Amino acid sequence: MATETESQGDAAATGADAAPGGAEAVGMPQLDFTTFPNQIFWLVVTLVVIYLILSRVALPRIESVLNDRKSTITGDIARAEELKLQAEEAEAAYNQALADARAEAQTIIAEAKAEMQAELDAATAKADAEIAAKAAESERAIADIRAGAMQSVEEVAKATAAEIVSAMGGKSDAKAIDAAIAAQVKG
Amino acid sequence: MEGDVVQMGAYIGAGLACTGMGGAAVGVGHVVGNFLSGALRNPSAAGGQTATMFIGIAFSEALGIFSFLVALLLMFAV
Amino acid sequence: MKKGTDDVATAEEEGGLVFHPMDQFIVKPLFGGDTVNWYTPTNVTLWMVIAILAITALLVLGTRGRAIVPSRVQSVAELAYGFVYKMVEDVAGKDGVKYFPYIMTLFMFIVFSNMLGLIPMSFTTTSHIAVTAVMAVAVFLAVTILGFVLHGMSFLKLFWISAAPLPLRPILALIEVISYFVRPVSHSIRLAGNMMAGHAVIKVFAAFAAVALISPLSILAITAIYALETLVSFIQAYVFAILTCVYLKDALHPHH
Repeated sequence: MATETESQGDAAATGADAAPGGAEAVGMPQLDFTTFPNQIFWLVVTLVVIYLILSRVALPRIESVLNDRKSTITGDIARAEELKLQAEEAEAAYNQALADARAEAQTIIAEAKAEMQAELDAATAKADAEIAAKAAESERAIADIRAGAMQSVEEVAKATAAEIVSAMGGKSDAKAIDAAIAAQVKG
Repeated sequence: MEGDVVQMGAYIGAGLACTGMGGAAVGVGHVVGNFLSGALRNPSAAGGQTATMFIGIAFSEALGIFSFLVALLLMFAV
Repeated sequence: MKKGTDDVATAEEEGGLVFHPMDQFIVKPLFGGDTVNWYTPTNVTLWMVIAILAITALLVLGTRGRAIVPSRVQSVAELAYGFVYKMVEDVAGKDGVKYFPYIMTLFMFIVFSNMLGLIPMSFTTTSHIAVTAVMAVAVFLAVTILGFVLHGMSFLKLFWISAAPLPLRPILALIEVISYFVRPVSHSIRLAGNMMAGHAVIKVFAAFAAVALISPLSILAITAIYALETLVSFIQAYVFAILTCVYLKDALHPHH
């Protein structure tokens, strides 16, 4: 308050001294027309200076900073997008590799199975063949034996028949006996 | 004596002129209140209309300022 | 009358309660002397130069880093730029953007003058009708000339509202013309009046603070009004700039 009183003292003094506008200073300083040219002059100077500073230096600079920031941000976003794409690609490649490995394992298993199956089949076939050969041999042997036995039976029958025929007093007709025996044996 | 009467009239006039500022207050309140009630109904549209509200406030307030100015003129410049 | 006021003032000074709310607006020469010529450096000059320095400090020194991640001052500068730019773009349209530096000049000058005026013992340049009237008349003339240059005589269609019914149009045209010419008056007095009123009210309450009984209340009131004035300082600068944009829009697109 003290300073204010002081300043008012000053103001009153200057107001009294400021010859034509002295009385107005007590009233409304805004309507003291003697100060208008002064204010207008300095206002115009100020506005021109501010305009020059803004349009020459400040505004282009801020604009360029804002544009830089925008382009940096868009660049960063693009790069992030790219990295994301790369990561996705890597993931896809990994999945592919995994699938490949699985498929390979499957084929290896299948191959091994097939091989084993083939071996097994071959062994089975071989065994079958051997068995078949042995069976055939046995059969042949049996057939031989049977043929031999049949032969013997025939011979014995012929001899017996001839003996019987001769013992009965008949004349042993060899050909007839043979035919009869053959018919009997066959039947 | 005559000067005193003039001065008294000027002061009374200044006081009367100040009532005009009440009108400006009512006007500004009306503008903002209506803006607010509209904004609360449709908040998404409110952001774009803030500037319009300020223009409305400015026009309403200007009249109050005019009456204040008249009061000041009566007090200091008559 | 003037003599009477003087008597009252001396009487008050003797009584102890001193009201001189308008003294803060007196234009004084800076370096003594008593005449205020058009070139005399006055307190107007001082505070305008301070405003220039403050604007330069904010918008030029603050952004000298050109940082992608801004410092605090730089982000305030960018905020101011973005605020005014968006206002011009929104209100005046895309083709109003090339007048952005002028509106930015006005806005920065007014906002800084208003804010600097809030410093105790300072001088508020924008509280003077002379200052605001020059700016408002400059805006008015610029906008009017721009309208005629861009649109020729069809700029006058601004006053002929084709959306209104025909019988009403002459009356509306008259009202529009009057309101058009009142624009610079209200434009300038609004700003000067707001600034003057706020500062004068603060001074009135400051005078009340001399009385010990009510000084706490008075100081509280000063605090509250100071906060209000800070808001008003900004809003008036905003309103001045946005009205300039509105007038500019009328000049660029006079057809409603």
